[in-house]
Amino acid sequence: MSSIIKKEYDIPANDFSLAGEASSNVRKLLTQLGVNPTIIKRTSIAMYEAELNVVIHGNGGKARVEIFEDKIEIFVFDEGPGIEDIELAMKEGYSTAPDSIREMGFGAGMGLSNIKRNSDKFVLESEPNKGTRVYITIYLY
Amino acid sequence: MTNYFHSVTLEEEKCRGCTNCIKHCPTEAIRVRKGKATIIKERCIDCGECIRVCPYHAKKAVTDPFSVMSEYHFKIALPAPTLYGQFGQEFSRERILRGLLGFGFDWVFEVARAAEIVSDATRQIIKTDNVKKPVISSACPAVVRLIQVRFPNLIKNLLKIESPMEVAARIAKHTISKEKNIPSNKIGVFFISPCAAKVTSVKAPYEKKESFVSGVFSMKDIHIKLLEKMKNIPQDYDCDLVSSGAYGVGWAGSGGECNALETSRSLAVHGIHNVIDIFEEIVEDRLNDVDFVEALSCTEGCLGGPLTVVNPFVARTNLKWQIGNAKKNGFSYENTAADYQDLLWTKDMEYKPILKLDDNMMKAMMKMQKLEEINDGLPGLDCGACGSPRCRSLAEDIVRGLAFETDCIFKLREKVSDLADQMKALEHIYKPKTED
Repeated sequence: MSSIIKKEYDIPANDFSLAGEASSNVRKLLTQLGVNPTIIKRTSIAMYEAELNVVIHGNGGKARVEIFEDKIEIFVFDEGPGIEDIELAMKEGYSTAPDSIREMGFGAGMGLSNIKRNSDKFVLESEPNKGTRVYITIYLY
Repeated sequence: MTNYFHSVTLEEEKCRGCTNCIKHCPTEAIRVRKGKATIIKERCIDCGECIRVCPYHAKKAVTDPFSVMSEYHFKIALPAPTLYGQFGQEFSRERILRGLLGFGFDWVFEVARAAEIVSDATRQIIKTDNVKKPVISSACPAVVRLIQVRFPNLIKNLLKIESPMEVAARIAKHTISKEKNIPSNKIGVFFISPCAAKVTSVKAPYEKKESFVSGVFSMKDIHIKLLEKMKNIPQDYDCDLVSSGAYGVGWAGSGGECNALETSRSLAVHGIHNVIDIFEEIVEDRLNDVDFVEALSCTEGCLGGPLTVVNPFVARTNLKWQIGNAKKNGFSYENTAADYQDLLWTKDMEYKPILKLDDNMMKAMMKMQKLEEINDGLPGLDCGACGSPRCRSLAEDIVRGLAFETDCIFKLREKVSDLADQMKALEHIYKPKTED
């Protein structure tokens, strides 16, 4: 089955002021579709965290959002340094964010687990120097 | 329909169909159609942004005329603390309150006092664990409506306590009814308002079936007359109408409600577009370390209300002086909100999904697909000449069947140019045969 709505967003590198633009756009879209507010919230939290990772770690990238009759699929990817130990990265509190970013209140090491918690399906693919790809699925019903 | 009463209205004969208002409306509730602005009632939150930006003063806030006072036996004025910022330092709070009696009121009860009671209850509520943090102030009715139509996820964060205006109305009525033995329905309580949204919240309250306020007067209508009346009151006039402390007076400006809570875990935001930004952060769980958010629709809070007279920044300085005085007088407020249960909303608020394209999600998706398609074909200038605030909102209006693609002047020009080409082609085919 092909998606009904397709959107693509550029995610800039190192610019916190623009992080959240894509997720905010998607939230407006879902509101117009009449999606249940709780599902909208989960989607926007998951997507924001994924976006933020690309801003902080990934040197910028893209987000593709596809809306199907029954689900939302979000694909966020970058060509950044990648993740060495995925299992470790998934641990709550684990972070490789530099101090400068932690001082801004980011990089608490909750991002990936937050995405996982808010999505129905979550797949993370990464290899050192080959970038990171995050696949998020959230069901609409 | 009573469901959609609005204080903000349009005076059609003054409207020239410019696009200032549509561009500033935070809920995209205005369109210009057939050369005149129209307000989409379901979307309007009565913030008054359009009143402020309209160069032809075609937008206004409907308030009550003073004549409604005559329906009551005993009349009480409820001045919003914002009123104190409307006058310079020669006008003490005592003078202002005494001056109000000159309008035919029998008594004045400060909304600032009720604000302190609300703050007291809020302090207790944010200490408990059974509320969703950050708690968002419900004092600004435009902000509450904004949440109702655009941020359904924040409804549970709302402080479900009646506004200082309602609390003041209730206390004033009860006090007089008991003291003077006058039946409640013979007592009129009149709020002196800095904004349109308060009028709407009295005529069509969201949190309960009926407001305790009998009427709402505009601060603008009172201002000059009050100055006149105060002239005859000596500068050092003292009276017992003053009941609020510094915290209550401070509520008029941005940060006042936060101050009264005595916690550093609070955030004050003002200006409706700034409020939207902060709400987006809350929805995405980005706002940590904050237990309470004071969100006011107008810049500088109520001091910047569309029905105020004095520049909000000047008013802020005026208010600072009033706050200083209130501190000097050393009013200690007794804890009257010990049991705040009776201040809680009696009716829960419902989400009004006015933005959705269709009740059926599948149909909404098809419309969204069409919307995206149309939007891609529009110039993306957001010029507003079509009467919709942005290209995307025109695309939305077209999908909803409320506008046409040719409402866009660029699309129209393309079409005219196409037609011209077609006519040229026709001319070529059907060239009249002339004898020469």
